[in-house]
Amino acid sequence: MIAALEVTPAWYLVLGALLFSIGSFGLLIRRNPLVMFMCVELMLNAVTLTFVTFAHTLEDTAGQSVVVFVLVVAAAEVVVGLAIIVALLRKRPDATADDVALLEG
Amino acid sequence: MSVELFVFVVAGGACLAGAVGVIASTNPVHAALSLVGTLFGIAVLFVAQEANFLAAVQVIVYAGAIVVLFLFVIMLLGVDRYDDLEVEPLVGQRVAAAVVSLGILALTFGAIASTGYDATGAVVGFDEDVPDINRLGESLFTDYLFAFEITSILLVIAIVGSVLMSRRGRRGEEIVDPGQEERTEEIAERMDEAERRAHPELYVGNGRRRGDGEAADADEADAEPEEVGR
Repeated sequence: MIAALEVTPAWYLVLGALLFSIGSFGLLIRRNPLVMFMCVELMLNAVTLTFVTFAHTLEDTAGQSVVVFVLVVAAAEVVVGLAIIVALLRKRPDATADDVALLEG
Repeated sequence: MSVELFVFVVAGGACLAGAVGVIASTNPVHAALSLVGTLFGIAVLFVAQEANFLAAVQVIVYAGAIVVLFLFVIMLLGVDRYDDLEVEPLVGQRVAAAVVSLGILALTFGAIASTGYDATGAVVGFDEDVPDINRLGESLFTDYLFAFEITSILLVIAIVGSVLMSRRGRRGEEIVDPGQEERTEEIAERMDEAERRAHPELYVGNGRRRGDGEAADADEADAEPEEVGR
């Protein structure tokens, strides 16, 4: 019976949806700015998985092109975000997301 | 069990386990390593869907650069301490977060189910003989050339922004922390007090007021009979 199961695109879409909601849950409950960033990466990866699935299903390379752009945006976002986190944690090593106001002025 | 199903189950399981590890780890280093598991699982799923070039880029850029950057920052700042996940920072925050993310999940599941679990759309169709990297390059440099050029501007902005955010001030790094001076003074006072209690004989008759505390009086009372006996 298991052998009859076939992996359809919907399986990948469901996996992407699960990953995205796990990432959003983590983003909302965690207060460590580094872990919050990792949750954003999880959500971005869930979306790229969905794009690649559609590119494969519809035989359209546009989906893969979008994934390249998502990669670039993720890299830029991580660079700027980690710079902000470094500036924040240098002022107070136990800073949480609530202490971003420390960077004022 | 077909190979396709086996690959999907293993890689998908690695993805989900890594994702749960990211949000449930108390140590940021463990969270970063769990993230590597998820990224590798996604790369395997890319290969399963004939996106070979993107799978390689996924491993190189994400696992090789972004996660290493995370680990570098964690080690540089020495913030690899354990977070306390038992305490809920805001009352009801986790319930609200669960409601929001389950809502997102329900929406996406609803969208997938509304198609009868069968992705639909206009099938474009491409030449199966051309490798995916050739097709991707052609797409990037023809249809998406303008967007591709704009990403270079984005990267320049990101570099300038990160340099601006992370450089130290000209006068060196000052600790800007409200209440820091008061705390330093309080700690110095407490250390003085502990020093006096530990070595009362050094401070007797040193201009110290009587009635500073019972412990101090008791220390003096202990110290005086010795001198009398001498």
